[in-house]
Parts: sequence; C-alpha cells; structure tokens
Amino acid sequence: MDGTIIIGLYIFVLALFAGAELIAKVPPTLHTPLMSGSNAISGIAILGALVVAGETICIEGNSVIGLLAVVFATINVVGGYMVTDRMLQMFKKK
Amino acid sequence: MFELINFVYLLSAVLFMLGLKYLSSPATARMGNKLSMVGMGLAIAATLLNPDIVSFKMILIGIAIGTVIGAVAAIRVEMTSMPEMVALFNGCGGAASALVALAEFQGPGVAFSSFGLITLILSVIVGSLTFTGSIIAFGKLQGLVPSRPICYPGQQVVNALILLAVAVLGVIVYQDPANLFSFYGIVGISLLLGVLAVIPIGGADMPVIISLLNSYSGVAVAMTGFALANNALIVVGSLVGASGLFLTKIMCDAMNRSLANVLFGAFGSGDSPAGGDEATGGPGGAVKGYEVEDVATVLENAGSLIVVPGYGMAAAQAQHVVRDLCDYLQEQGVEVRYAIHPVAGRMPGHMNVLLAEADVSYDLLFAMEDINEEFAETDAVLVIGANDVVNPAARSNPSSPIYGMPILNVDAARTVIVLKRSMNPGFAGIENELFLKENTMMLFGDAKKSVQNLLLALKE
Repeated sequence: MDGTIIIGLYIFVLALFAGAELIAKVPPTLHTPLMSGSNAISGIAILGALVVAGETICIEGNSVIGLLAVVFATINVVGGYMVTDRMLQMFKKK
Repeated sequence: MFELINFVYLLSAVLFMLGLKYLSSPATARMGNKLSMVGMGLAIAATLLNPDIVSFKMILIGIAIGTVIGAVAAIRVEMTSMPEMVALFNGCGGAASALVALAEFQGPGVAFSSFGLITLILSVIVGSLTFTGSIIAFGKLQGLVPSRPICYPGQQVVNALILLAVAVLGVIVYQDPANLFSFYGIVGISLLLGVLAVIPIGGADMPVIISLLNSYSGVAVAMTGFALANNALIVVGSLVGASGLFLTKIMCDAMNRSLANVLFGAFGSGDSPAGGDEATGGPGGAVKGYEVEDVATVLENAGSLIVVPGYGMAAAQAQHVVRDLCDYLQEQGVEVRYAIHPVAGRMPGHMNVLLAEADVSYDLLFAMEDINEEFAETDAVLVIGANDVVNPAARSNPSSPIYGMPILNVDAARTVIVLKRSMNPGFAGIENELFLKENTMMLFGDAKKSVQNLLLALKE
C-alpha cells in the first residue's frame, strides 16, 4: 500500500468518528433536514463527474457517461440543498 | 494547481462539518446548510481549475439540466412527499458515483493499484444498487409499486446467488481489469440486486430503507473517493455513511426490530406506516364514542394538554387546524405540547417538518424520551391519527406483534382523547386496549373535521 491509500484511510476513519459525534448532537426534530442535507453533500461525486465530463472528449462513450454523471450529481446537490433550506426556514420559534 | 485544489477541498470539508455542527439547533440550522452550500460551491469551482478538464461543453449542459430538474423538484414537492423526494435524490447520488467509477474504469490506460481497483468495483456495485433500490423505494412510497412485501418462494436463495455472482465477477475483473464485459456484468447485476433487495420490504418499513440507502450513497461516494484519491469525496462519504447508519439505527430501535428483520422479515401488509391510522382496536362494540361537546368540555377544563400526532393526521391534512386549536387553547392558558414518536412520520423527523410547515413553534415539539415521564402529570392527551405508537400492548402483551416497541405512555394521563376515522379492522389487526380504557374518550370522524368542530364548540 502506498502513502496515498494510508492517508485516505486515515481521513475516512477520522471523518467517520467526527461525523458520528456531530450527528449524535442533531435533535430528532431536525432528522429529516439532516437526511436531506447529508444527501445533498453526497452529491460531491460531482467533483469526479466534472473531470470525467471535461477531460474525455476523445473517448466518445465516456463523454455521455460524464454528462449523465454531472446531471445526476447536480440534481442531487441542487435539489438536496434547496429542499433542505425550504424545510429549515419553516422551523420557527414563537 | 493540484495543491490549490486540494487545499480548497480541505476548506470545503471544514464547511461541511460546520454545517452539520450548526444542525444541532433549529435556530442555527439554516445557517449551517448555507455554509455547506458554500463548501460545495468552492469544491466545484476548484475542480474546474483542474488542467485535465479541456472542454466545458458537457459540464455546462449537465449542470444546466441537473439544476433545472433539481430546483423544480425541490420547489414543487409537498412536505408529505419528502420521503419520496429524498429517496430520488439519493438514487441520483448513487447513480453519479457509479457512473464516475464506470468512466474511470474504461478511461484511457489508467493503471489502478489493487486497492484502487477494489474500491472502484465496490463503488460501482454500491452506487448501482443504491440507484435502483431508491427508485423502488420511491415507487413503493408513491404507490407506483405495490407497497406490500413482494415475495416468492426461494427469494432469499435467488438474492444470495445474485450476490455471489457479483462477487465472482468482481474477482474476475480484479484479476483482469481489461475484462470490460465482466465489468458491465457487475453493473447490470448490481442494478438488479437493488430492485430485488427492496421489493420484499413493506411500505411501512421504508423509513428504515431510505435511511439505509442514504448511508449506501455515502459509502459509494467514499469508495469513488478512494479510487480517485480524492479526499473531499472520502470525507463526505464518511459523513453521509455515518449519518445514514445513525438514522437507520434510530428507526430500527423505534420499531424494536433488528435491521436484518426489516431487510428479510417481509413485515406487514405495508399499506400503513407503523404510526398509521389503519390498525384498529379490539371488539368494536366495547368502544364508546363521545360527542364533540363532551370532548370540548374536557379540553376547557384541562390545565395541560399533550398532542400526539400520527401519520393519520397528515393524511387528513389536519395539521393546520390542530395548530389553530392549540393556539386557541394556549390563549386560554392551557399548557400545550406535542409528543413526537420517532416513527410518527414516514421518515426520521418527518412529523416535525409537517408541524413546522403548519407554523407550530419548534420548542413545543418533544421527542418521546423527553416527554414520556410527563404524561402522568398531564390533564389531557389528544391522539390524532396515531395508533401503534400509543398501544399499551407494546408494554404489557408479549404475544402482540409490537411487543417491546417503545411507545408514548399516553394512558398515564388523566384523560386520553383519541380522534379516529373508524373502528374498521385493518392493518395487522393489532388490538389497541387503549381505546377500551376508562379514561379514554373516542371521537370518531375525519380528523380535520373533528378538530374544526372541537374548536367551534370551544369558542361557543
């Protein structure tokens, strides 16, 4: 195993712990926004999709795959954030 | 350039974490979501600096199409349909991860390390089954696919064989990465597996499945991150994976079921969520119905009231009139609170969103463990469209299918008012002795109408 993999695994495990700590503090009343919000960030696959869509005009098949990947990831990101915001703005205290 | 991009990714990861941190209170949550958005925007902008990107045509087209679809869906969706929406977005995330992995795999002469190859294969498997699994979950919630468990003899053997086939193909591709045919086989079979794994699960268990698929989409992203050596994807994958698992556990605990039981148990007819209105009480004759005036008198004389909403309330679109009723009672000096069971809605926290939409102040919403002690000190409880989650059999009757499930102890209150459509026997036929208790008042009829009538009677 080379260094990048080890570093990647470190990041994965540490982020898992940090994430678990943060998530445990989210009150049940916000569990739906938590899910839609974490859903939105899982659209981060868009970073890979952008490269695939932009680099591969030479490979015909891949540019279509890249386009599809960008479309799916963008729906996930834009839709996820917007719907989360829509929900969170409804939570008011009187 | 790659140093700069990676540095921005770190910044984005910090913003995502802060976004989660701010979600610890409704007062700061919206700000947190915005920070998270900024993090995503920065990460996207930084990626576009990548010198490998030589053409922006497909990128711009893709972002334009995705933005329009995502935005329209997010603006139009009804809050009651939030579980379906989240399932669909989830499926999109899974599909994106799988497609990126697929493109990387057939990309020009990339030599993957063995670890990179394994994670790439896993990314395609998990991403693909998240995609189709989410679509089936969406279909079940929407009623496009029968929400009852779809079972056939030997189902689990078939699923196990399919899983085995994926594993075998995975090993073949691992040994011979040039074997594109086997790789496409993995994609196809994983897509099929997503469908087959979700169809035997009842509609009532979809909250668990949505949470689990949410976690899968995180795993897929993390695996893609390993394959691309992209730390931003790895961090986000862990966060989403952890969050999905956490919510899955909460949902399972709330129903007193193991995850294995949910996945393979084919539980219930699926026509009614666990908190739904369909399950009915015991021998119909023994239950006494009351008039609106009787109930209004109880509310008038109550010093404290706890409202227990179930999905039946949302199905009757009664949340706004319930809020009106509670506003009126609060003006009369009644202490009003809401008790929310974890599975009151159709996904974690769903009922809270529905009440927030009806302008109920969030500090009146209490989680089960925070309010269960309070029922004994409460004058009146108003149960609207909830059933299993207030059924004392879960505590006392070991032969009940819901025995052991944590419930709201409403029967401890001085008076329990239950609004129900009818006593027709329905889902699972679980008897509810709460309806027979001496301190229980049943008010039959459509929840929305009943609450409106109550409010009218009170104002007279």
